[in-house]
Amino acid sequence: MAKKSLSSRKESVIAIFMVVGVVFMMRLFYLQVIDDSYEHSAKSNVLRYVTQYPARGLVYDRNGKLMVYNEAVYDLMVIPNQVKRMDTLEFCRLLEISPEGFRERFRKARTYSRFKPSLFEKQISKEAYGFIEEKLYRYPGFYVQPRTLRKYPKPIAAHLLGYVGEVNQRIIDNNPYYKSGDYIGISGIEKSYENELRGIKGIKVRMVDVHNREVGSYQDGALDTTAIMGNDLYLTIDADLQEYGEQLMQGKMGSVVAIEPSTGEVLAFLSSPGYDPNLLVGRVRGRNFRALSEDPVKPLLNRAMMGQYPPGSTFKMVNDLVGLQEGVLKPSTRYSCQGAGSSPIRCTHSHQSPLDVYVAIQQSCNPFHWQVFRSILTSSGHGSFRENYISWRKHIMSMGFGHKLGTDIGSELSGNIPSAESFDAIYGKGRWNAMTVRSLSIGQGEILTTPLQIANSAAVISNRGFYYVPHIVKSTGDSSIVPDRFNKVTSTINPAHFEVAIEGMRQVATMGTARWYQPEGITMCGKTGTVENPHGKDHSLFMAFAPDVNPVIAIAVVIENSGFGSTWALPIASLMIEKYINGEVKRKELEERMIKQKLY
Amino acid sequence: MRERNPIFGDIDWTLILLYLALVLIGWVNIYAAVYNEAHSSILDLSQSYGKQMIWILTSLFIGLVILLTDARFFSTFAFLIYGVTILLLIGVLAVGSTISGSKSWFQIGSYGLQPAEFAKFATNLALARFFSGQHIDVKDFRTKFIPLLILGAPALLILLQNDTGSALVYSSFVLVLYRMGLSGNYLLAGVMIGVFALSTLMVGQYWVMGFVGLLAGALLFFIKRNRSNIINLIGLLLLTVGFIYSVDYAFDNFLGDHQKSRIEVLLGKKLDLKGAGYNVNQSKIAIGSGGFIGKGFLQGTQTKYNFVPEQSTDFIFCTVGEEWGFVGTTTVIVLFVLLLMRIIKVAERQRSTFGLLYGYGVASILFFHFAINIGMTIGLVPVIGIPLPFFSYGGSSLWAFTILLFIFIKLDTRRTALL
Repeated sequence: MAKKSLSSRKESVIAIFMVVGVVFMMRLFYLQVIDDSYEHSAKSNVLRYVTQYPARGLVYDRNGKLMVYNEAVYDLMVIPNQVKRMDTLEFCRLLEISPEGFRERFRKARTYSRFKPSLFEKQISKEAYGFIEEKLYRYPGFYVQPRTLRKYPKPIAAHLLGYVGEVNQRIIDNNPYYKSGDYIGISGIEKSYENELRGIKGIKVRMVDVHNREVGSYQDGALDTTAIMGNDLYLTIDADLQEYGEQLMQGKMGSVVAIEPSTGEVLAFLSSPGYDPNLLVGRVRGRNFRALSEDPVKPLLNRAMMGQYPPGSTFKMVNDLVGLQEGVLKPSTRYSCQGAGSSPIRCTHSHQSPLDVYVAIQQSCNPFHWQVFRSILTSSGHGSFRENYISWRKHIMSMGFGHKLGTDIGSELSGNIPSAESFDAIYGKGRWNAMTVRSLSIGQGEILTTPLQIANSAAVISNRGFYYVPHIVKSTGDSSIVPDRFNKVTSTINPAHFEVAIEGMRQVATMGTARWYQPEGITMCGKTGTVENPHGKDHSLFMAFAPDVNPVIAIAVVIENSGFGSTWALPIASLMIEKYINGEVKRKELEERMIKQKLY
Repeated sequence: MRERNPIFGDIDWTLILLYLALVLIGWVNIYAAVYNEAHSSILDLSQSYGKQMIWILTSLFIGLVILLTDARFFSTFAFLIYGVTILLLIGVLAVGSTISGSKSWFQIGSYGLQPAEFAKFATNLALARFFSGQHIDVKDFRTKFIPLLILGAPALLILLQNDTGSALVYSSFVLVLYRMGLSGNYLLAGVMIGVFALSTLMVGQYWVMGFVGLLAGALLFFIKRNRSNIINLIGLLLLTVGFIYSVDYAFDNFLGDHQKSRIEVLLGKKLDLKGAGYNVNQSKIAIGSGGFIGKGFLQGTQTKYNFVPEQSTDFIFCTVGEEWGFVGTTTVIVLFVLLLMRIIKVAERQRSTFGLLYGYGVASILFFHFAINIGMTIGLVPVIGIPLPFFSYGGSSLWAFTILLFIFIKLDTRRTALL
């Protein structure tokens, strides 16, 4: 039978099985008993996977001045499984914690995991680190991990720089990059440029002996990856101008925004009262944050972008521009003004009558602008009154009002240019007219704008009809590539009409409400605003650009509850312009008066 | 002659004991691999180890049912069982769910059933049944063709599920065919193909061709230099060179990216510790750090830290290596080799061709899993995701391996009755 002779084949089959078994055992003998690298790590207590945290990128101003850097601190970590019997009391003394605090921390770490490292005490100081490091060999299971914290050479620009904090569980769940204990930008550019700034984490595999001493890297560092520092940011901010603005705004509530009109680069961006950004760093952050958030003057609020104010008289040119575009206003058009007796809106200044648009801007005449607004709404020629209103709103919004501008600074509010629908909702469809919404003609009523939008509108006028989306980062890393999302936005107004507004604003500064505060040797074009406010004194506003030819700075200043625009906002804007263009300020007396004045 | 229990009397208790030893050691190691401090009881049903206990208990029950079944049932219904499995494999392609990239699971509640696992014993039954039939003539075309069909159908269907590992298992039946009379040259050729393919990828085709050329030249001195031998040698040489030449092409064009990178990592051509090489490297660290006697039960750190992936399924051997050291790994390997040898021994004492070949099939399947799975954890073969029999966590695989083995044990109890 053929099968019989084949039965000897079982020997070969069994031989195959045995050969494979023996080969496996030889390989395992090599891996487990002979190979030094595995032998070594088997004898050494454990491998320690130490995360290498990258330093965040540095931040410079437009002239290369350092605004944010990093400082080393040390986190004390623990792996509960490796902790041996130890002198707890001495350890607590070293760390300056109580035995209860020790037990509480240890219990927390143990609950998280017995095998994985937990944070035991964060950000111990350099001095404490030096002290503890010498004695650490007595405390197996504990080790120190270096971290970096933000540091600010000057206590300025807190709102735009933002701050960094530890990630919370929600962030960890949503983004696999972040692990417990990582830092992340929470506001300002730290948040909007998180991906650029954070760098790339690395890991080091270390062998640790039973005495908690690192005995070297594992497999000569074959598994290690180095941390790569984040990209540096170059801001559009002028740190000197920013600092000067913060000095001027001491004791005043409000904000200053300055923009380079030809590029949309933000030169200064401040909200007052501010705070020292060094307060929101490291171990003290929690306590200071609580104190700041409970402060009634709201130092954490970024008024430059989240404060919303009616623009008041700074809105008058914008309104005139729509009139010019719609053809209902001509440079030669004159209206009469009955001064304080005018109806429906009275005038707050005394001047000639009848007057043209230049004088109306120069003297901030309310009745003139009401007439312009009324004719836009009644005779623009888009059909009904309602259609005319919708067209007016579209023109206004094209100049950067009533919507977010799309900056990179952080959370901005959109302000409000009320829609026809919103008036329908209040008054009923067809039951409102120019008379009903007359306050809009002088920038009061339902209109809301942010200081950033007002500064941007100064840029629009100086550019004769367009703006670049205001932004705060010039370039990242070594490249000088300007982020390309900050596009040019063109308004719906014909560039020729802007000459009228510009001439009006020039006259404001040369013969009108701003004539006493002309900066040294500079022709400024501006407009004051005094905004009625149901909650107290009027807000003082001023918007301007300078010089009148080839302007390099457009600015808006808002000072809450302080009175006339010409009393506070105007001189501060004028000093800022002088500082930026001339590099120094000659009007020392004015400067000192402004710095010293406390308004809240 | 003493009275024998009609059912349990003729059972091969050695096989049963080896089976129980492997299953229990596997269970303990699953417990250690996924040990969860919050659920420290090995009986906790919310954890893998608790579930594995359920699988073990149900497997024992299935084993008992098989022992109580009439042995003739399996040969009689071999083709029917095979047919049903093929239908299941087709069905899973249509309505199955995808887990880890393979569309090979029927989702039943929170449990997944993997027909590919059951196809192994069904195919084994069908193959043994075919060869035990009446008209078997090795020279006949039909006898050569039909076994290829029996093996090819499930292998192809499983390949379509994107489960390459389980499809490759069917290549192990070459041992059954060998026992059936297939020339040993096929085994040799298979080994040579593997060696040439790997060495070509490793050192480049021209080196291997040169080596083959030298080998052929050397052979020329040892063989009788008559015309037919020389022609055969030259033919073989050309064939080999052609094969070597095609290896690079096939590697570049027929393999998927992950398969390529697994092979490259194995060959040391690519050091990719974060990607494809990660598993193997972590697995070797875990096993290597176990040393001679291991770190002790539940003291493994590599598996605890989750550095080793699939630690309770495909990479369960790591836990053995880390916690029990060389002593533990050797024990497991010895147990497996003993089991395989015992199966062959028991197979050879069968009086029916059906029992004999079924036994060889059992040994082949178990051997393939054993060799590939352990070979992969210690970096000797590329990463191919198949479980370690009786060890790896998972209901489908444990049930299927239990059925595979217990049918054989049942067939063996009939060895005297067939006289």
